[in-house]
Amino acid sequence: MSVLAIVEQRMAGEVLAAAKEFGPEVKAYSIALQYTADAYAAAVEELIRRENPQLVVFGHTYQTRDYAPKVAARFGRVLIGDVIAAKPPVFVRQMFQGKFNADVRLVGDGPHFVSIQAGAWRADAAPVQVETFTPSSTTSRQSAEAPFREAARAVDLTAADIIVSVGRGIKEKENIPVVEALAQALGGELAASRPICDAGWLPMDRQVGSSGQTVSPKVYIAVGISGAIQHLVGMKGAKTVVAINKDPDAPIFEVAHYGIVGDLFEVVPALVEEIKKAK
Amino acid sequence: MKVAVAIKQVPLRDSPLRVNAAGTWIEEEHLGFEINEPDAYALEEALQLREKHGGEVIVISAGPARVSQTIREALAKGADRGIHVEVATLDTLRVANLLAEALKAEAPDLILTGLQSDDLGYGQTGVILAELLGLPSSTIIMQVEVQTSKVRVKRELEDGWFQHIEMPLPAVLTIQSGLNKLRYATLMGIKKAKTKEIKVINAAEAPPGSAVIEKLYAPEKNKQGQIFDGDPKAAAAKLVERLRFEARVL
Repeated sequence: MSVLAIVEQRMAGEVLAAAKEFGPEVKAYSIALQYTADAYAAAVEELIRRENPQLVVFGHTYQTRDYAPKVAARFGRVLIGDVIAAKPPVFVRQMFQGKFNADVRLVGDGPHFVSIQAGAWRADAAPVQVETFTPSSTTSRQSAEAPFREAARAVDLTAADIIVSVGRGIKEKENIPVVEALAQALGGELAASRPICDAGWLPMDRQVGSSGQTVSPKVYIAVGISGAIQHLVGMKGAKTVVAINKDPDAPIFEVAHYGIVGDLFEVVPALVEEIKKAK
Repeated sequence: MKVAVAIKQVPLRDSPLRVNAAGTWIEEEHLGFEINEPDAYALEEALQLREKHGGEVIVISAGPARVSQTIREALAKGADRGIHVEVATLDTLRVANLLAEALKAEAPDLILTGLQSDDLGYGQTGVILAELLGLPSSTIIMQVEVQTSKVRVKRELEDGWFQHIEMPLPAVLTIQSGLNKLRYATLMGIKKAKTKEIKVINAAEAPPGSAVIEKLYAPEKNKQGQIFDGDPKAAAAKLVERLRFEARVL
């Protein structure tokens, strides 16, 4: 199969590795443009019309999500996003927030479009040569300012050895101290999944996940966190992962070294007690 | 200003989900449904824009008959009227085409939708909609500022980075959860919603698109983890023991 890999800095090695697996015939390009959705969509469309590949492969980055569906639509296709495994023309992606996997079959002639999930392919040791593509013209309705970060983070979770992280299972803001007590008993930092910070129950700088901090502590205890991929990418690097959740099918148990299936409001206080005994 | 919000109806959060007999989708019988969470934030943003700039908020949703309930709930929160494209397809491109067709006639100044759905999770409907309508778009938006004939947005990037983007109106934005505080429907709102218009457009079913779900299944279980269940006290004791003597972290 002829494969065109669209490479940006983020996930470059992984995209090349996946493209080679899908190939073997691979051409790889980076786009010589400052990013806007319009400019990139036009450039990649032009490149596809020139190269005429059967499959176009992207990394599933925020940038890809911003423009690649446009390009696919121009070819009457849907981008198969966030792919975790493949036996072309069947590609596996998660649905229902990681509760299920789906085998998605590509039907009809190319070009087809897929983007691969971060961490699903190992960056290639002998990468494909990446060429630079300069489009014949650039127009964009969007104008982009320089990226920025909000005021310095008050909490640096990346330095913590022990992190106790809380998710939707906590139900109410008033229940946060239940989990805080566990963090205190362990001498660890309190963190949270996105919905908790969205709701304002904990500050944004305690958020772990793709839009928050990426952490790799010695122990990561996920309490009432189901384990959507956006959260997992932020904590998969932890040496030991502990999950406490009432749903035995929660995806968090897939990455957990130890797990307790049960009601966090019973399990966490019992855990605090046991830790105090052990110390 | 006329703002259209594309919303999707998805199974209630924490529903026990099972794969259907054909093994291609979930068993929907006996399930409850609600608005897709990021779409709820898109609706809230539209209502707040109307409070600031005046105008009208239209909600549009594609899906089977049960979807009208979710549209009605959006009307109860304050949307002015609804459009229900009645169709059962799961094909993202087809849905975007139907929404685009319906919205063309409305010519909204701004179209909002959530960044992705909690079921399929493709995160593309808004972007494709923009493409089909020939409008500029931006995704994963954390802040919307409408100015004269243009919009300035704060777009989320990875690892805590953001970027401001400007584009002319009309435009399409996909909204990130958490950019505002969701309101509840008031009793008055629920009452008023009963008299608000929901236009129903019956769409023909089309052949499956270029990406067909062949099989839906639970991911293979990771056999490496040790799971403790049963009595919380006993489970906690076992876990602490493992953390001390196996993981050696206590």
